[in-house]
Amino acid sequence: MDLEYTPTEEVFRREARAWLEANVPKTPLPSGDTAEGFALHREWEKKLYEARWAVVSWPKKYGGREATLMEWLIFEEEYYRAGGPQRIAQNGIFLLAPTLFEFGTEEQKNRILPRMASGDDLWAQGWSEPNAGSDLAGIKSTAIRDDARGGFRLNGQKTWCTRGAFCDYMFGLFRTDAAAERHRGMTYFLVPLRAPGVTVRPVGRLDGDDGFAEVFLEDAFVPDRDVLGGVNDGWNVAMATTSSERGLTLRSPGRFLATAARLVELFRRTKDGANPALESKVIDAWMDAEAYQLYTLQTVTRVMEGAAIGAESSINKIFWSEMDVRMHLAALELLGEKAELDGGTSAESGGAWMKGYQFALAGPIYAGTNEIQRNVIAERVLGLPRR
Amino acid sequence: MRFAFTDDQKLFRDTLRALLEKECTSDVVRRAWSADGTGRSPPLWSKLAELGVLGLTVPEAEGGLGLSEIDLVLLLEESGRAALPEPIVETTAVGAPLLVESLNTDACRAWLPLVAAGKARLTVGLEGAAFVCDAHVADLLLLQRGDELHGVLRDSVKLEPEHSVDGARRLFRVTWSASAQTRIAAGPTARAAMARAFDRGALGVSAVLLGLARHLIDATVDYAKLRKQFGSAIGSFQAVKHHLADALVKLEFARPVVYRAAYSMSRATESAPLHVSMAKAYASEAALLAARAALQCHGAIGYSYEHDLHLWMKRVWALAAAWGDASWHRARVGKLVLG
Repeated sequence: MDLEYTPTEEVFRREARAWLEANVPKTPLPSGDTAEGFALHREWEKKLYEARWAVVSWPKKYGGREATLMEWLIFEEEYYRAGGPQRIAQNGIFLLAPTLFEFGTEEQKNRILPRMASGDDLWAQGWSEPNAGSDLAGIKSTAIRDDARGGFRLNGQKTWCTRGAFCDYMFGLFRTDAAAERHRGMTYFLVPLRAPGVTVRPVGRLDGDDGFAEVFLEDAFVPDRDVLGGVNDGWNVAMATTSSERGLTLRSPGRFLATAARLVELFRRTKDGANPALESKVIDAWMDAEAYQLYTLQTVTRVMEGAAIGAESSINKIFWSEMDVRMHLAALELLGEKAELDGGTSAESGGAWMKGYQFALAGPIYAGTNEIQRNVIAERVLGLPRR
Repeated sequence: MRFAFTDDQKLFRDTLRALLEKECTSDVVRRAWSADGTGRSPPLWSKLAELGVLGLTVPEAEGGLGLSEIDLVLLLEESGRAALPEPIVETTAVGAPLLVESLNTDACRAWLPLVAAGKARLTVGLEGAAFVCDAHVADLLLLQRGDELHGVLRDSVKLEPEHSVDGARRLFRVTWSASAQTRIAAGPTARAAMARAFDRGALGVSAVLLGLARHLIDATVDYAKLRKQFGSAIGSFQAVKHHLADALVKLEFARPVVYRAAYSMSRATESAPLHVSMAKAYASEAALLAARAALQCHGAIGYSYEHDLHLWMKRVWALAAAWGDASWHRARVGKLVLG
C-alpha cells in the first residue's frame, strides 16, 4: 500500500491545475441544460479538447493523452476544485465511449470517438420509454430490417433523454426480434437526432430547465454501420454501459470533495448563531466525501491491476447518490430562510444550493433507481435468491 | 498511489482465518463467557504466538516480526470475524508498541520476547478510559498517570470486576499506586506515546468491528436463504434484501477508511489521529447497523440466548463504545477539520 502520489502523478496534477486555473471561466456559464448554456458549454468542450484535457485517459489517436485511471481521477479532482463547468459531453465520453472501446469496430471508433471528444458530436442516451424505466427490458420501440437500404427502420418513443433537445446523436436499445425472450432480441443503435423520421421535444425538468427530451421515431433509418455489437445482443452491450454509469466513470470523487469543501466554507461563514447540531451534519458530509475518495482509490487500484467491477458498482451508486442529497440538505439547513431562494449561481447565494439539491435528488432515481441497486447488491453481491 | 494490500499480507490473513475457523468456533467463544475460570484459552494464545500474530509489532531483535499497523489490520479484522475473545488489541496492537516507544530499561525490554512468545499478556489503562480490559490475565499493566507511563505487575494492583454486555470481555476497575520503580517514561515524549497508544487502540477495535460486521452479514445471508415463510426463502423478499444491502454498503465504505488509518499510523503521518477518528466513527456505525439488520432479519430466533448471533452482536455493542464511540470521534474530526 502506498497512499502517496508518484512523482509522475504529481507532475500531471500540477500541469492540470495550472491549465485549469488559467482557463476555467471566471464567471460560471449559464446552465448547460438550456439552449443558450448548451452552446457555450460546447465551446468549452472544444477548448478542453484542443488542450487535450477532454478525455485524458483515451488513446492519443482519439484525442486523449493515454493517462492512467489514477491520473484521470487526479484530473477530475483538479477540475472540480477549479470550479470547472458542467461536462455536457459526459454521456458520450463516460457512458458510450467505454462501450465503444469494448464492442465497437475499428471503423466505428475512428469515426465516432474523435468527434465525440472534440464536442462536435454530443450524445444523449435513449434507454427509458414511457412504460420501461427501472424495468429496462420492458422496452417496446422496434427496429425493423430494411435490406434494400442496408440498415434498420426505427419506430417508437424514448423519454427522459438528458439534454436530448440539444444533442446531435442518441445511443439506445431497440427491439429487433419481437418473438425472443425479453432480455434477448434487442439491439444497440447509434441514432442521429437530426434525421428524417426523428422528432425531438424538450421536456422541462423539476428545476425548470429543458434538461430532458422525448424522442419520437417514425421509420427513422439507421444504417448497419451504426449497430453497436451484434444484432439481438443489445442487452449485453447495454449492461456494459449501465455499469459504468453506476460505477466510477460518471461520478468521480472530485465533484463531491469540491461540494464538501464548499459546504465547509458555508459553515464557516454562517456558523455564528447557527444550530450546533448542524456541525455534525457538516462533518458527516466532509467524511463521506473522503470515504468516497478512498473507496474509489481502492477500486481504481484493483481495475489497474486487472480486476473487473461488476455488480459492486451498485454499492458505489447508492453511496454517492445518497451522500450528494445529504450534503445539499446540510447546506440548505445552514442557509436557513435563504434556502428557498432559487436560481442564483454564486456560492454566496442560496439559489445555487437549491438548484444543486434538485439535481442531487435525481441521483437516487437515474442510472437505475436505488431500490433496483439494492436488489442487485442483495442478489448479485450477497447471493440472495431472486424469487 | 496504490491502495491495496500485498500478497504476503493477504496470505497472512488467510492463514489466520484457517486457524480461527478450526480453533475459534462458537463453542470456544461461548466458553469464554463462562463465569468460572479466566475465560481465556492458553492453548489458543500459544497458537497465535506460533503464527507470529502476537509478536507482530515486537521488533525482530526481540523475537517478533517487526511489522506495523498496516500488517496487523487485516489480522484484527479476521479476529473479529471469528469473535476471538483473546486480548490481541491490548497486547499486540497497543501494549507492545507502547513498550517499544517508551522503553529505556533492560527490565522493560525483557517483556518483549515474552510477549512475542505468547508467555506474557499486556493490557493498557489510559486516562479517560473507565475500565481496563483483561487485567486479570495481564502480566504487565501499562497505566497512565498524567504525563507518566507506569508498568505495574498484576500482583501489585487491586482489581474490581465490571460486567460487560459481551460476557467474553473481562473489564476491571484498577486501583494502583505509582512509584519511581513503576515509572517507565515521563514528560512530553511519554504523553505523545500514550496519545499514539490511544489511536492504536481505536484503530485496532475499528478493524475488529469490520470483521464482526462481515460475519453478521454473512450469517444473516445464510439464514435468509434457508428460512422459509409464505412458501419462500425470506431472503427473496425485498424488505429483507434492502436491510442487508444497506448493511453491506455501510461496511464496504468503512473498510477503506480503516485501512487508510492503518496506513497513516504505520507511517506516523500528521493526519493519523484524524484518520483514526474517521475509522472508528465509520467502523462503529457500520457494525452497529450490521448487528441491527442481522437481528431484524433473524427475527425471534436471533433474540434467543441459545442462538450464536448475540455473541457477535454484543461484541459489536461493546467495541462500538470502547476507545471512543462514533460521536466522540466525529467530534474530534470536527475539531481537526472545522477548527
